[in-house]
Amino acid sequence: MGRKLLLDKIKVENIRLYDVYRREGGYRSVERALKTMTPDAVTEEVKKSGLRGRGGAGFPTGMKWGFLAKPAEVPRYLVVNADESEPGTFKDRYLMEFIPHLLIEGMITSSYALGSNRSYIYIRGEYEWIVDILEQAITEAKNNGWLGKNILGTGFDCEIYVHRGAGAYICGEETALLESLEGKRGNPRIKPPFPAVKGLYDCPTVVNNVETIAAVVPIVNDGGTEYAKIGIGKSTGTKLISACGNINKQGVYEIEMNISVEEFIYSDEYCGGIAKGRKLKACIPGGSSVPILPANLLLTTAKGEKRLMTYESLADGGFATGSMMGSGGFIVLDDSQCVVRHTYTLARFYRHESCGQCSPCREGTGWMEKILWNIETGKGKMSDIDLLWDIQRKIEGNTICPLGDAAAWPVAAAIRHFRDEFEWHITNPEDAQRRNFGLAHYADPLKVATPA
Amino acid sequence: MIKFSDDRLKVVQQIIARYPKGKQKSAVIPVLHIAQKEFGGWLSTETMDYVASLLNLLPIEVYEVATFYSMYNLKPVGKYMFEVCQTGPCMLNGSDDIIKYIYDKLGIKPGETTSDGMFTLKTVECLGACGYAPMMQMGKNYREHLTKEKIDMIVEECRNNAAKNN
Repeated sequence: MGRKLLLDKIKVENIRLYDVYRREGGYRSVERALKTMTPDAVTEEVKKSGLRGRGGAGFPTGMKWGFLAKPAEVPRYLVVNADESEPGTFKDRYLMEFIPHLLIEGMITSSYALGSNRSYIYIRGEYEWIVDILEQAITEAKNNGWLGKNILGTGFDCEIYVHRGAGAYICGEETALLESLEGKRGNPRIKPPFPAVKGLYDCPTVVNNVETIAAVVPIVNDGGTEYAKIGIGKSTGTKLISACGNINKQGVYEIEMNISVEEFIYSDEYCGGIAKGRKLKACIPGGSSVPILPANLLLTTAKGEKRLMTYESLADGGFATGSMMGSGGFIVLDDSQCVVRHTYTLARFYRHESCGQCSPCREGTGWMEKILWNIETGKGKMSDIDLLWDIQRKIEGNTICPLGDAAAWPVAAAIRHFRDEFEWHITNPEDAQRRNFGLAHYADPLKVATPA
Repeated sequence: MIKFSDDRLKVVQQIIARYPKGKQKSAVIPVLHIAQKEFGGWLSTETMDYVASLLNLLPIEVYEVATFYSMYNLKPVGKYMFEVCQTGPCMLNGSDDIIKYIYDKLGIKPGETTSDGMFTLKTVECLGACGYAPMMQMGKNYREHLTKEKIDMIVEECRNNAAKNN
C-alpha cells in the first residue's frame, strides 16, 4: 500500500465535520506555521518539498510563490482554482466533497505564507452542492478561531470566500479565472504581466489548484524534506489520479509517484484491470488535452523502459512517443472503442469551450470538429487527415492561452498513433458505421508515418 | 416590474460584501445564479437589467457575462432540465444511448422541451463526474451511473413531485 498524505483520513466517519477533522490532527499546520514560522519559512518548506502545481502545468509551487510581488500597502490574494473541468478529471471534487477542511486548512497556512488576508475559492458552477459543504467548513473554521481577525493571537487576519462560476472550462486558465472573478467574461489575459505581479483587481495574486494547496498541509506538518523523499526525481510526493473509462474500478486514487502505469491499471489496489475482460487499446493519462497513447507505448517507453506514473516518465519521448501527467485525469479505452469518435467528442468539447478571443482557436476548433464528424460518419476524404494535421499545427502556439494547444494535441496524437484507424473509416465507411477498428492497428503503432 | 424579496436582497448584500469596496461587479455571476433561480429558470432581458441596476452596472456588462457562461439559460426551459454529459469519458460509458433513450421516451432532442413544459433535454460538456459515467445534472445535483431504468425512475420521480406541488 502506498502512503497517503491527502486521503489517509477520508474514510474516517464524519471527517467532513470540524470536530472529527480536528480530533484526527487537523489544523496542526496552521498552528505550526502561524506560531513557529515566518511566512518566508513556510514558502521555503514548499520550495524544499519540490511540490509541483497539480492542476496540469506542473510548475514548481514554491517558485511560483517566490515570484509574488510584495509592494507596500497593496493587498495580495490567494485564489484557489477549483474550476475542475478538464475531461477525465474529478479529483478536486472528491477532495472538497469528502474532506473539505483539508482545503480550508491548506488555504489558511498558504494565505499566511503569501500575506493574503482575503482568499477565494473559485469553484465551477456545476459543483453547487459542494459550495454548501465548503461554506459550512468555512463557518466551522471561523467559529473555532481559525479564520477572522487576529488568528491564534498572532495578528494575522484571514477570510475565505467561495465564488461559484457558471460553466466555462476556460475559467480554469488562471487569468481567465481572475477575469471571471472580477465579474467579466472568462477571456484569458495576455501575459506578462503575470498574476504574481498584476492579478486579481490588479494586485499581486497566486492562483493554485485545490490539490496543490491541500498538499501544503503535510508539507508544513512534516517538513518539505520529508515530503520530497516520496516519489522519484522531480516528481515528489503523492498525486491524486482520477481514473475513468473502461476499467473495473473507476475512482480517485492517491499514488506515490513511483509506481508503474502497468501496476496502476492492472493491480487491484488501483484500477483493477480492464472492464468486461476486454483488452487495453489506448489511454489518455493526464486529462483530455494530453496526447493519447496506444497500449504498448503507454506501458513501455520507446526506449523499452517500464513507464512510471511520474511527470518525467509519462512525458518520456516527447509528443512523438510520450504524453504528460497533466491534471491526473486517466482515461482508459478498451478494444471496443473508436479512437475517431472519441477524438471527435474532444474536438467538440474544445469548440464549445473556446472563448473566441483568438482566431486560430475559435475557427480551428470548429473546423476540426466538423472534419472529424465527417470522417466518423463515413463522409470523410483521405485529404481530410492531412487537413486536420495542418489545422492543429496552425492552432498550437498561436493563441493567447493554452486552450489552443489543448485542442490541438488530442487531434495530433490520435492521427500520429492511430492514422490507420482514420484511413479505415474513410476507405470503409459502411464498416465504420457498424463496427470498430478494435486492436487491428495497435499491434505496431510506432511504424505509422508522421506527417511533416 | 420584477424584484427580489427582502430576504434575497439581504443575500445579495452578503455576496457583495465578499469583495473589496467598489468591486461589486464581481458579484454579477453569483447574483445572476440567484436571479435565474428566482425568476423562472432563465434570464430575460428584464431580469438582466434588474441585476445590472442592483450592482450599479451597465446592462451590457451583465449581458456579456450572461451570454458567455453555459449555465445561464437565455430562453425559457422546462420545469426539470436533464443536462446530459456527452464528452469523451461519458461517451466511452454509453452516454449516446442515454441521450437516445430520453428522445425515445420523451420525444425531445437536445435543446428541446416537452410540450407540457415539464422536461428540457440539454447536452453538456464534461461536468467532472467521469468516474461515475454516464451522468447528468438535474438542478443542484448530479445523477450518476445512469441506465435506462434509472431514467425511467427519474422521470417518474419528477412527475410525482410536480403532481404533489400542484
